[in-house]
Amino acid sequence: MDSQTVSYTRTAVTLHWLIFALIACGFALGHYMVGLPLSPMKLRYISWHKWLGVTIFMLAIVRIVWRATHRVPAPPAAMPAWQKAAAGASHIMLYILIVAIPLSGWLYSSAAGVQTVYFGVIPLPDILSKDKPLSGFLKEVHGILNNGLAILVAIHVVAALKHYFIDRDSVLKRMLPFLQPREPR
Amino acid sequence: MIRWSMAPILALVLSSGVTTAEQNIVYGKSRVVCASRQMGVPVEAEFKQFTAHIDFDPAQPATGKIQIEIGTGSFEFDPEIDDEVRGRLWLDANDFPQARFVSSEVRKNGAGYEASGTLSIKGVSGQVVMPFTYRPADGGGVFEGAFTISRLHYNIGEGKWKDTDTVADDVQIKFRLVSNGMSAQKKK
Repeated sequence: MDSQTVSYTRTAVTLHWLIFALIACGFALGHYMVGLPLSPMKLRYISWHKWLGVTIFMLAIVRIVWRATHRVPAPPAAMPAWQKAAAGASHIMLYILIVAIPLSGWLYSSAAGVQTVYFGVIPLPDILSKDKPLSGFLKEVHGILNNGLAILVAIHVVAALKHYFIDRDSVLKRMLPFLQPREPR
Repeated sequence: MIRWSMAPILALVLSSGVTTAEQNIVYGKSRVVCASRQMGVPVEAEFKQFTAHIDFDPAQPATGKIQIEIGTGSFEFDPEIDDEVRGRLWLDANDFPQARFVSSEVRKNGAGYEASGTLSIKGVSGQVVMPFTYRPADGGGVFEGAFTISRLHYNIGEGKWKDTDTVADDVQIKFRLVSNGMSAQKKK
């Protein structure tokens, strides 16, 4: 095996952790802000949440383009076929969600009659006209997709830790290059 | 010269010879909207209740009188926002249920017209100039115009809301008033 297929490129690792950090902020901020009473601060939080979402969406597109144009390390040969299939499927779903969640938020905002203006400067297309039932539905969709993402991320983390602590293979180290390899049992 | 000779003809066409009478507003087709910017985002809300008394003859704009009353409690955008904006810190619809514009002068302005007068909101008055256009349609006409006010001048958005980085100070009031002719009972 050559080093190209053993590890992810620095670009891929950076994008992975950057997108993770931004999603964690957006997720926490989103949960926090919706329960606040209306105030100028709440309006600021909502705007910041949207700007985070637009940033995540653009980075997710870059990441998917990278993924489509690069060879990624193969799963360890010792992995059972069902685990390889599950890993592949959950990765595809994660890619879909990191695009679909910002999209649903943008459409929800548009249907609620509030255009998204990136950093208060760059207006995004406002493709839906104000529609109360549709905005209520899209709000639900945005929430459900986020809960789905939270569950998938939990599975993703548990699986990565299992690779490191139980299987003692290099799967987690490929995304955490500074990680000390574990001695095989 | 031309204007004076045209006036009776126009007046005849528009209002059966009555030169000063009130326009009969079709409220179902009319709209009063306020627009502002929130964190750089243009947002538009509507006032569902308003009354307009327009005594206007396009041939003799100077004799015109315009009075518009807006029900501050009829602000409509989104339930959470509506409660706040109708509340004490914003329009205070309980204590000040009406915002009112009363013209003191109406005149021709370029291709359109303008009305200057007094705007009173929440117990505060201000002088505004309201440019508008008028175009005859369906036996009546359509009045369309817009003017910008400073919300802080009228104490709209007090306390924590004074910060104009979140909600801009400039608020544009836009109206489209459709008349289907002159009210018979208002003829002078």
